[in-house]
Amino acid sequence: MRETERVRFLPAGDGALVVDFGNRVDRRLSARVLDLSARVRGLGLDGLVTTLPTFRSLMVRYDPLKLSGESLTHTIRTLLDDLGEAQGMQKLWRVPVCYAPEFAPDLAEVAERAGLEPDDVVGIHSGTQFHVYMVGFLPGFPYLGDLPEQLHLPRRKDPRVRVPAGSVAIAISLTAIYAVESPGGWHLIGATPIRLFDPGWARPSLFAPGDQLRFDPVTAAEYESIRASVEAGRYAVPCEEIAA
Amino acid sequence: MSGQVRVVAPGLLTTVQDRGRFGYQDVGVPDAGALDRVALALANALVGNPLDMAALEILAHGPVLEVVSAPVRFALVGGAGCTVESDSGSVVLGPGRSIRLRPGERLRVNALGPFNCACLAVQGGFDVPTVLGSASTFIRNRFGGLQGRALQAGDLLDALGDAAGEHGEWALPQAFEAELDRPIRVVFGPQDDYFTEETRAAFLREPYTISPQADRMGYRLEGAKLAHSKGYDIVSDGIVPGCVQVPGSGQPIVLLSDAQTTGGYPKIATVISADLPLIGRRRAGGAIQFAAVTQSEAENIRRADATRIARLIEGLQPVVDGARLDQKALYGGNLVDGVVSALE
Repeated sequence: MRETERVRFLPAGDGALVVDFGNRVDRRLSARVLDLSARVRGLGLDGLVTTLPTFRSLMVRYDPLKLSGESLTHTIRTLLDDLGEAQGMQKLWRVPVCYAPEFAPDLAEVAERAGLEPDDVVGIHSGTQFHVYMVGFLPGFPYLGDLPEQLHLPRRKDPRVRVPAGSVAIAISLTAIYAVESPGGWHLIGATPIRLFDPGWARPSLFAPGDQLRFDPVTAAEYESIRASVEAGRYAVPCEEIAA
Repeated sequence: MSGQVRVVAPGLLTTVQDRGRFGYQDVGVPDAGALDRVALALANALVGNPLDMAALEILAHGPVLEVVSAPVRFALVGGAGCTVESDSGSVVLGPGRSIRLRPGERLRVNALGPFNCACLAVQGGFDVPTVLGSASTFIRNRFGGLQGRALQAGDLLDALGDAAGEHGEWALPQAFEAELDRPIRVVFGPQDDYFTEETRAAFLREPYTISPQADRMGYRLEGAKLAHSKGYDIVSDGIVPGCVQVPGSGQPIVLLSDAQTTGGYPKIATVISADLPLIGRRRAGGAIQFAAVTQSEAENIRRADATRIARLIEGLQPVVDGARLDQKALYGGNLVDGVVSALE
């Protein structure tokens, strides 16, 4: 099947189009969304405001005084062939995480519900390379997948009113890091001292959609030492370029 | 020497806002920006600024500002007017005009009347830093505007440029209406297929009321329950201000300037860009009746609306109110140039 047959163009008012690839969390689908985002941005169209990739779709925002949804749909249709097949370079981040009980209020419960020891949960979580599907909802908040099936759990019945910034959490097939303190219903299994978002940075979010990420376990003492370096502006999150 | 404004009383929620922050939605940064972009453009035009310059957005209950150091020219659009207080007494002025205040004089923004929000611009704009391309305040993450927060008593805001000269004042050619009775037009989608034909008809037929849960993120509406035909959980999708999302309760939420960038509820429809300012003008308890148009109709409506606003600005009238009028220095030429170059 050609790409164009599987893609739907949905209006979101007169300032945005949603190019929808399907209602699922899927790496191949994500690769197509991210590739299309780059291609649309690459057009350099006057009146194109921005693009917003999500798990399932690409939202393309435009200025209705300069572009029409119809002409934009026509233009984007020409970009749909062979999406997601290019093999570029990716960033692989190594995020230090402390899984000690004082940083991981839900780890014991997650382990129990999964029929595992807490150390096994840590081993699985830190032994998986994750894909940044999207950054959203809140500034700098990365949605990462895919979590191995043994750790899949629905969200908590009672969401917390306050989840501290830096909390590392899991829910369903995903894991995430809370960039700022916020309410949240995910299971907290660790914490990282790094900063994910700063409006003073040229790119305000550390992670971008399409980046790869691994969690490296650290002790509580290492967490404190990294936290001090972060606060002093002396810590750079380890990152390497890898082939996709 | 440029003018300075001291905040005597901040009002309920007075923030610095411009057109918004664009280009970082892919990393979760909301648009922010004025709820009523038309009021923002007109207030700026009245003081001769580029139309998208940052101004104060006033919600519900207005601030009291005192001019210090050098004269400042203000223009309020939306709301029900202001009171200028000086040693020689006080004068009540309607909205939709400019006014120059000397050091020591105070501008009291009166109760907003039928409006939820109003915009107060100063000649030259406010000297606030630009964060990610915009001066708009995003309170939830505490950045933009004045230290990422609403105004507080004692704050000092600098006006950019020279002190306001005595060149006469300008007014809108006609009253700026809240238009509380006008239907709010929407384009169905992106997830209108999660609702039956009957539910979509009910969404247009039934009146909705803005609930008390209404802020810059969005308004929860009360009215006919919108039943989902295939569940209310979707894999997260992008959000744009104006999206009408329907959570499990079936009570729609209209998302606005400070809305989250993504969400997992189906969006039955999206408010058209020309009508988004009308939502911002309505407050809790107000009524909303939706009407549907197509995306291409919405684009035509927006173009017509831009023409209407440009005509309003071209038609600004000099104010004749005796003591404050200086006929020597009307600056219509400059104003019209500014409008053309900054026209959206």
